[in-house]
Amino acid sequence: MSQESSTSLRTPLGRVRGLGAAKSGTDHFWKSRVTAVANVPLTIAFVVIILMLSKRDYAGAVKLVGQPLVAILLLLFIGSATYHMRLGMQVIIEDYVHSEGKKIALLMLNTFFAIAVGLASAYAILKIGFAG
Amino acid sequence: MARTGPAERPLSPHLQIYKPSITMVMSILHRITGAALFFGTLLLVIALVALASGSSAYGTVQAIYGSFLGKLVLFGYSWALFHHMCGGIRHFVWDTGAGLERGTRMKLAWGTLVASLGLTILAFVAYLAG
Ligand code: HEM
Repeated sequence: MSQESSTSLRTPLGRVRGLGAAKSGTDHFWKSRVTAVANVPLTIAFVVIILMLSKRDYAGAVKLVGQPLVAILLLLFIGSATYHMRLGMQVIIEDYVHSEGKKIALLMLNTFFAIAVGLASAYAILKIGFAG
Repeated sequence: MARTGPAERPLSPHLQIYKPSITMVMSILHRITGAALFFGTLLLVIALVALASGSSAYGTVQAIYGSFLGKLVLFGYSWALFHHMCGGIRHFVWDTGAGLERGTRMKLAWGTLVASLGLTILAFVAYLAG
């Protein structure tokens, strides 16, 4: 985001340099990479937890997800994955959808979906953890 | 800007003109698996909400996920997850500026595929053995 006022002596070209045409610079790229790096260990933890879950009945599953370490790892995975996938899907939409209206609608849906999935998962994990 | 009338200059060749290469296939697979994982998060949120809702809801999910079709989808999901993870690690290598030479590029592309299939089989064996 440009902090410069319209009375700046800098030329428009000079102002845009460093932030690029999208005016957000490397922000999108960087967040995509930070979440991608976080996703590697969290994904491995996630797969191990799912494998453990697959062997348990309802009571066993509740007990497992209710364990603090398991719940925290699941929450971290959900948080990082939904943030990351929202950024990734945004790029896919921007690459393929060229009608402005449709693009904006899909970008909104993308955000809604990521937040809904993230919050619903987090709520379920916390409920299991706190209710025992 | 919208173009009116036919272009007067040669346009850049598009996808279908190139002979498919392993690096191309891995590139598009990274995107396809990313998109699949996006929708695949529904599998996780459904299971978690069912687990939080009680034993009958969880039982229903277990029956669906445990069916042949369910297992097939979960197997596909796990491959997509591992493949995208390995492809992502390949991107990290490129981000440092390394691994872009022809030979290395090919090796990384094949390595991604072999590693993702290996990890998927490993997880499946762990599932069967566990
Ligand atoms: C497991 C570890 C993961 C790693 C290392 C990883 C890494 C990456 C990287 C580096 C990119 C950017 C590729 C580029 O710049 O062209 C990317 C894109 C993407 N990722 Fe991930 N990711 C991971 C997990 C996930 C998960 C769990 C999801 C979904 C729930 C996901 C969804 C996406 C999507 C939708 C894209 C956009 C694909 C594209 O633009 O072609 N990723 N990922």
